[in-house]
Amino acid sequence: MRPKRKRLMFVLSGMAVLGIAVALVLAAFEDNLVFFSSPTDVYAQSIPADRKFRLGGLVEEASIQKSDDGLTTLFRVTDLSNAVPVTYTGILPDLFREGQGVVTEGRLRADGVFVADSVLAKHDENYMPPEVVEALKKSGAWQGGNE
Amino acid sequence: MIGELGHFAIILALAVAAVQGTLPLIGAQRNMPALSAIAQPAAIVQFALIALAFGALTHAFVTSDFSVLNVWQNSHTDKPMLYKISGVWGNHEGSLLLWVLILAAFGMGVAVLGSNLPPNLRTRVIAVQGLVGVGFLLLLVFLSNPFARIDPAPLQGNGLNPLLQDPGLAFHPPFLYLGYVGFSIAFSFAVAALIEGKVDAAWARWVRPWTLAAWTALTVGIVMGSWWAYYELGWGGWWFWDPVENASFMPWLLGTALLHSAIVVEKRDALRTWTVLLAILTFSFSLLGTFIVRSGVLNSVHAFATDPARGVYILLFLVIAIGGSLALYAWRAPTLKGGGMFAPVSREGALVLNNLLLVAATATVFIGTLYPLFLDAVTGEKVTVGPPFFHATFVPLMIPLLAVMAVGPMMPWKRADLAGTLGRLKIAGVATVVVTLVTLYLAGVKDVLAVLGMAIATWLIMGALVDIGERTRVFRTKAGDSWRRATNMPRSAWGAAIAHAGMGVAILGMTGSLAWETEHLQIMRPGDRIEVAGYEVQFDGVQAARGPNYDAARGTFRVYRDGDLVEVMQPETRRFANPPMVTTEAAIRPRNFGDLYAVVGESNGDGGFATRIYHKPMINWLWIGSLMMAVGGLVSLSDRRHRVGAPARKRAARTTPTRPAGQTA
Repeated sequence: MRPKRKRLMFVLSGMAVLGIAVALVLAAFEDNLVFFSSPTDVYAQSIPADRKFRLGGLVEEASIQKSDDGLTTLFRVTDLSNAVPVTYTGILPDLFREGQGVVTEGRLRADGVFVADSVLAKHDENYMPPEVVEALKKSGAWQGGNE
Repeated sequence: MIGELGHFAIILALAVAAVQGTLPLIGAQRNMPALSAIAQPAAIVQFALIALAFGALTHAFVTSDFSVLNVWQNSHTDKPMLYKISGVWGNHEGSLLLWVLILAAFGMGVAVLGSNLPPNLRTRVIAVQGLVGVGFLLLLVFLSNPFARIDPAPLQGNGLNPLLQDPGLAFHPPFLYLGYVGFSIAFSFAVAALIEGKVDAAWARWVRPWTLAAWTALTVGIVMGSWWAYYELGWGGWWFWDPVENASFMPWLLGTALLHSAIVVEKRDALRTWTVLLAILTFSFSLLGTFIVRSGVLNSVHAFATDPARGVYILLFLVIAIGGSLALYAWRAPTLKGGGMFAPVSREGALVLNNLLLVAATATVFIGTLYPLFLDAVTGEKVTVGPPFFHATFVPLMIPLLAVMAVGPMMPWKRADLAGTLGRLKIAGVATVVVTLVTLYLAGVKDVLAVLGMAIATWLIMGALVDIGERTRVFRTKAGDSWRRATNMPRSAWGAAIAHAGMGVAILGMTGSLAWETEHLQIMRPGDRIEVAGYEVQFDGVQAARGPNYDAARGTFRVYRDGDLVEVMQPETRRFANPPMVTTEAAIRPRNFGDLYAVVGESNGDGGFATRIYHKPMINWLWIGSLMMAVGGLVSLSDRRHRVGAPARKRAARTTPTRPAGQTA
């Protein structure tokens, strides 16, 4: 009887630890999933102001402006049907330029400007983030091959 | 010609591996010694053939033979020699070849060193290792031929991604693979034991050193990758919870659990079926990691050119290998006899808790890594699971683990007295309270994780010191006596103490760099000065510079402390021509175990440059602590009880001279 009860205890403690892990995961999923949206999605859905998400598309031609302090950059991210203004303070990735694919992460401000706290660095000139490809396909502006 | 030789060698290796994986299994089952005897020579021949192929590919890279497609795609005559060589495994085909090379080397290791294993067990282990080899060689030969030719041969190659042209990264993959593939031996032993229907202390005595060697290599590999990210990616992050990092971290976590549960099997003959399951899972996660990195389901620097056929093949192989071994486990595990019993509060109990928490932590990392893929496949919705998720799930599971980590090694086997053990850790407890209070005073209450991190680090480091102090009875007996005890102390106990203390030291570095980092981001003109964490940093402008295969814009910063010049820092922005890419090269200077970290960005058009300067206090403890963990692994590996064959040697010692140390792996 004793060994059996002991084994039961180990099984129970194992389930308890796994239970805690599951609870932690569920609680974390609630707050920490970061969804991807294209500019069209931003207009189509109403995204709450405090919700963090990723915005991706192309940097619109002739949209980059530097602020006076030289560190804040304003630009527009477009999927060629809609465009969202983005502001970012910091050093931009080496290959950030107009017409390039970009993924930014941040929150939407009440005035509709997306405040990015990171602009994802892409290290390859030919690289297009898959999310951006997806967004362009959705808006019908994708020119590349079918992947 | 040499390329064709290499190609031919891998095809032959596939044939040999197929023989090695089948006939000896039949031989061991049906008791046909002629078939069993094939295993050993086959393992050696398979290794020799793959080594030949690897040599052929290396030759093609070193001589820049651009008629080989792989060399043309990944190399360039201007590339320094080190990166020509590391270019061999800097691509999908070549790294796969390295992977099967290591796999075959481990198989040969068992064939050559395993003379003291029960013959049938050895035959089966080598055979299973051969079957794993077949899986990867099929992929290599049919879907990823590293020796494919192009005609006509181009005059110049495409070059290697400049981010990968880095000494830290040159050896990151080989270590990682040594770790990943090293777990294949534990897997083969587990599967062989299931076929055999027997797991005992001798089995664990074999599995432990191999696992330890693999774990040590994996630790070094992960740290190298992390260090690379720290200095190469330009903002000084060292862990991103990127799926590719997680892919290597999950086998590490499970390998750590396996390492500890195998101790229980060896010493106490308990937890047998559990350890077999862990061995299967650890290697399964290594395979899963390979799938994540190579199938192209993810995009990152690590993801090699994607080919859907490879992804499908690896997935299929994954299902067969993992599904097959788990089915075998479900079928055979109930026949393995249960082991000895022990009280919940005991060394075994602590190790069970270690295992539970590590497995649960692995599960959270697994969910966080795979959920986005799953969601994308099912609903097409794109999500990312970032660091906050892992901070909220992984960290809370680690805290109790780390707390127990200092107590476990001091508990006796079978039954322990918790109050007594904690009593012996009094000094560690006092030190922890003091450090906690000091941190609270300096950092304040709002920085809960910083306080917790400092407390846990102190607890672990002091716990390891107390453990050694107790074992050597230092300060409580004569110095000579303590010395004698220290030299007689088993190396595995030293190794455990060093590795556990290393974990504490690493946490010190993590805590310091996360909690007290300062970042200064500004436009600076030549002559401008700013203050960073007590240092005066002066910007002297940007000059053009030339490297071997790139052009650079090099900024210069002079760092003053109390008016004295202490450092000159020169970060660069490098522009590579082949392939056309721009990279940021940070300037990093260690100061008091912290780092000053400077990056120069683009010009603002009228003489100013965007600059970013960080002070990362204590960060170097992270690297020191991680290396201590690896050193702990090596020290433990040098324990003579771990040396392959130690138990058998006692019997054989009368006739054969003692083998030299370090033959374990």
